[in-house]
This record gives sequence, C-alpha cells and structure tokens, in this order.
Amino acid sequence: MSGSKEIVGKIKSVQNTRKVTSALEMVSASKIRKAQELMQASRPYARMMRQVIGHLAHANLENPHPFTEARDEVKRVGYIVIATDRGLCGGLNNNMFRQLLGEFRRWQEQDVEVTTVIVGRKAAQFFRRLKVDVSASTQDLGDQPRLEDLIGSIKVVLDDFRAHRLDRLHLCYNRFINTMSQSVSIEQLLPLPPSEEEELKQYWDYLYEPSPEALLDDFLTRYIESVIYQATLENLASEHAARMVAMKSASDNASNLIDDLRLVYNKARQAAITQEISEIVGGAAAVS
Amino acid sequence: MASTIHCDIVSAEAEIFSGSAAMVVVPGEEGDLGIAPRHAPLLTRLRPGQVRVLLPEGGEEFYFISGGLLEIQPHVVTVLSDTAQRAGDLDEAAALKAKEEAERAIADRSAGMEVAQAQAQLAQAMAQLAALERFRKQLKR
Repeated sequence: MSGSKEIVGKIKSVQNTRKVTSALEMVSASKIRKAQELMQASRPYARMMRQVIGHLAHANLENPHPFTEARDEVKRVGYIVIATDRGLCGGLNNNMFRQLLGEFRRWQEQDVEVTTVIVGRKAAQFFRRLKVDVSASTQDLGDQPRLEDLIGSIKVVLDDFRAHRLDRLHLCYNRFINTMSQSVSIEQLLPLPPSEEEELKQYWDYLYEPSPEALLDDFLTRYIESVIYQATLENLASEHAARMVAMKSASDNASNLIDDLRLVYNKARQAAITQEISEIVGGAAAVS
Repeated sequence: MASTIHCDIVSAEAEIFSGSAAMVVVPGEEGDLGIAPRHAPLLTRLRPGQVRVLLPEGGEEFYFISGGLLEIQPHVVTVLSDTAQRAGDLDEAAALKAKEEAERAIADRSAGMEVAQAQAQLAQAMAQLAALERFRKQLKR
C-alpha cells in the first residue's frame, strides 16, 4: 500500500519530537531543584533586612522617607514585570500578561498613566506590540540571575519614584507554590505598605553612623532590590516547573500520537497482505 | 554565653557565614570596627574590605565583602553584604544600560528571528495534527 511509507515517516518524526520534549522535561526537572536552592539561599538576607527596617521605622524619624509615605494623588504607576527569557513553558507568561492587561485597563479608565520595567525576553516581545511605556529592560538573566544585572533597572524606577515621576510601584511575577502550581502575583512595592509589627516592648535605639536618614535610604533601596531579586528567582523556579509540566504533557501526547499512527500502519499493512493473498487465491482458482 | 556573639554574614544571593564568634572585625564606613559581645546596638555602612571573624575556639575566618550594611545588637551582629561593587557612577551606568536595552527591545523589530522559528514549529505541529485527523477519518471508513 502506498500510504504505509508515509505513515512510517510520520511515526519517525513524532518520535523525534518526543525525544526533544522528554529531554527538555528532564532538564527542567533538574533545574527546578537548583532554582529552589537559590531561592532558599537568598531568604536570610530579605528576612534580616525586614527586621532592621521594622526597627528603623520605629526609630521616630523626623521626616518619613519618601518610600514609606503614601501619596494622595496617583498620576502614574509603574509595573516591574518579570517574565521568562524562553518560551515552551505553557501558559505561564500569557496568564500573567492577561492579568496585567486587566490592571492596565483599570488604570487607564482612571486616567492614570502606566509605565513598565521589564525583565525577560518574553516580556520584551509582548510589550513591543503594546503601546505601553517601557522605561527599562533587563534580559538574558540565565539560570543563575545575579542581583548585579537587576540594579540598573531598579535604579531607574526608584529614581523615578523619588522624583515623583511615579506615584506607585507594583511588582508582577509568577509565584512558585510547588512543581504543579504557580500563581501570578501582583503586589504593591512602593510606597511600602505599613508593616503590622507589634510595638517594641522596651524602647532602645541604635547608634547611627552616619545619620539615620541616610542609612534608611540605603536599607530601603537594598531591601527593594532583594525583594525584586527574590521575585526573579521565584519566577525562574516557576518557569522550570511550568516547562517540565508542559513538556511532560507534550511527551504524553506524542506517545499517543505514535500509538495511533502505528495502529493505522498495521491495519494498512494487514489490508495489503490480505488483498495480495486473495488475489493469489483468486488467480490460482481461475487457472485451475 | 556572654563570651560569644552570634554572627551572620548574608548577601542577597547566599548565606555566607552563620555561627558564634568571639569577636568580629569589619571595615565600617567611618573606620574599622571590632565588635565584641555586648556591643551597643549600632547601624552603619560598610566599605569594601575584609570581614574577620574570630572564632570562639581560636582561629579566624576571613570574608571579602564589596560593601554593605551592618547591624549590631548586643548578642547578634549581622553583615548584610552587597554582591557587587556599588558606587554612584556604577549604578548610574547600569541604569543607563537598562534604559537603552528597553529602547532596543521595543524598537528592534528585526528580532523576528524567534517569531519565525516559533511559526515554523507551529506549522509543523499543525501539519502533524492534520495528518492524524486524516488517518483517523480513514480508519473510520
């Protein structure tokens, strides 16, 4: 039968596809663990920062820091969007972008300008098609993002915020819950939401070198950097998890496809043999 | 345990040291600091330099930090180390780079390479699906 050769070719091609997807699946599975380790390693820093800032906030500063002061009027909001560099990770990025677009529309209805800072190549590709202002971008962070690579982008938004060009700043990324589930997280970064810590029992204060104001600024900047860095790591872990799941289902689909094709092939082959036999038998009958 | 002080050295990317120490010597912005147990609470910035941790059982460990922040409480000293050299000019340059990258990322339509690749992959997948449909129909007949 003429179709059988085509089917064999098809089976081969799907088998190759399955090889690729299952390899990607295994690569992602091992990278998740690494990403989680990175997440774990960066936690103590953020925790310590939070402690110190909590204390600084209690230290009765004469002028509240611009980062902690709520602004009455919101004219422009910023979004830090953390997406992946590579695709093939299911609906991870698209889910986030869809939610973001909803947010953007809400702001636009209130005549509030929206500006973004993007991390990751997929975000750049997405925002290229949109008429949304992009003030800074970082790409190609790789499997081991470094805080260094993010400093530039973060400085752009923080400077904008200090200069009142931005009145609010949000952070948007995929939170890693476990391997099977990730959730889009859009949270307010600035002004810092007031923390609900219990009052310190006995009052004591640090010695400051130099002034508390200057130190608070340093602490807050680094704190925000660490929050964004942490978000980048969570997003990375989410990316690998989502890719692993997507590639697993792609491999399963490929296996089903191969089974179906093989069935078709066998039937076609059997039909050809049957036909041949009946032709031979028919021929023999005609001769005798 | 009055003769030791707990010392944590952390950076945004990793935990570098955690344990007790007899004394910690750090490069403070306004001069080096030797921190013994029951030091007064203090916050300060750190210069790039060496952190020396004197272990209670003798011996010492050195860590290089590229600046950072320091918090001291009577029994805990925390070094929040920066991961990179930080200076006004360097940060400025990084910010500028991020801005440029944004312009490039948005303007650069020639980066259609990847789109073309993705489209090719999609076409292939579609073709496979279509082929399967055809075979299924043939099967039923």
